[in-house]
Amino acid sequence: MKAIVNISLKAGVLDSQGKAVHHALDSLKFDGVEDVRVGKQIIMKLSSTDETTARAEVTKMCEDLLANTVIEDYEIELIK
Amino acid sequence: MKVTIIQFPGTNCEYDTEYAFKRLGCETQIIWHKEESVPAGTDLLVVAGGFSYGDYLRSGAIAKFSPIMNAAKTFASNGGKILGICNGFQVLTEAGLLPGALKRNDNLHFISKHHHLKIENTDNTFLSKCEKDSVVNIPIAHHDGNYYIDQDGLADLKKNNQILLTYCDKDGSEINPNGSVASIAGITNIQRNVFGLMPHPERAMESLLGSADGVKMLEGFLEL
Repeated sequence: MKAIVNISLKAGVLDSQGKAVHHALDSLKFDGVEDVRVGKQIIMKLSSTDETTARAEVTKMCEDLLANTVIEDYEIELIK
Repeated sequence: MKVTIIQFPGTNCEYDTEYAFKRLGCETQIIWHKEESVPAGTDLLVVAGGFSYGDYLRSGAIAKFSPIMNAAKTFASNGGKILGICNGFQVLTEAGLLPGALKRNDNLHFISKHHHLKIENTDNTFLSKCEKDSVVNIPIAHHDGNYYIDQDGLADLKKNNQILLTYCDKDGSEINPNGSVASIAGITNIQRNVFGLMPHPERAMESLLGSADGVKMLEGFLEL
C-alpha cells in the first residue's frame, strides 16, 4: 500500500513561502490566484495491506515525527 | 561547574560553546548524541547550534529522537539545567521541553548579523547576572528563527514571565527581524530549568570580535 502524507502550515499560521509564491505568480500576471499555501508531501510504500492498520500507523508517524502539530496540519491518503 | 555539550551530526557550534564556557572557567565536555546518559556531575547540559541532521524534514525534528535526548528529558525532569542555542532551541521545542515552534523566517532569508536584544526577565539562572530591560548585542544566524506560539500559549508565557529575550534596536525599542510572535528571541520553561534562544551568546565572548555581551549572559550559570 502507498501512503501519501500532505503537510501544510495550519490555517492561522502565516505561510511566508506561500505569500512569496503568490507574489511571484501575480508578477507573472496570473491574476486569478486568490491564495497560495506551500506544503510538503511525503510518499511512503507500506508493507501493510490493511487500511485501518496502515492509517493508524501513519497517523502515529505524523504525530511523532512527520508533522509538528504546533504549527502544521497533515492529511493522509492511502492507495492500495 | 561542569558543562556538557551535545554534538549531533551537523552540529557546528560545539567548539565555540566549549570556548565560551572554558573562558568562564568551567570544566567542559562534548558528548556524541548516541550517548544514552548525561555524564555524572553535569551542572549544565547545552544543546549547541548548527544544523543537526541537515535540518532535514524540520530543524531539530530528527535530533529529538537521538538517545541523548531521552537522557536529557530525564535530566530536565530531575531539575537539571539545559540551555539550547539556535538549533539547540529548535531541538528543545521539537522535543517538547520548551513550548512553541520555530518556523522559517518571514522574509525567507538566512539572517546572519549582530542584533540587539532586550533582557525581559532576570528571575532565572540564565539571565541572573543581567539587568532587566537592559540591551545586549548578540549575533543571530538562522533561517528558521521565527518563533511561533498560539495566543493562549503566548498569554501563558507572559503570565509566567517565561519570555527571556526579545529583539530590539540599540535603544531597546522592539524590532522584529524574523517574524517571531511578540519578537521573542528566547524563553524558559515554567520550571525555569530549560532555556532556549535563537541568538548565539557563545559567539559574543570577545570585544575584539564585535561584542562580549555573551559573557554576562552565560555567567548566570556559574553559580550552579
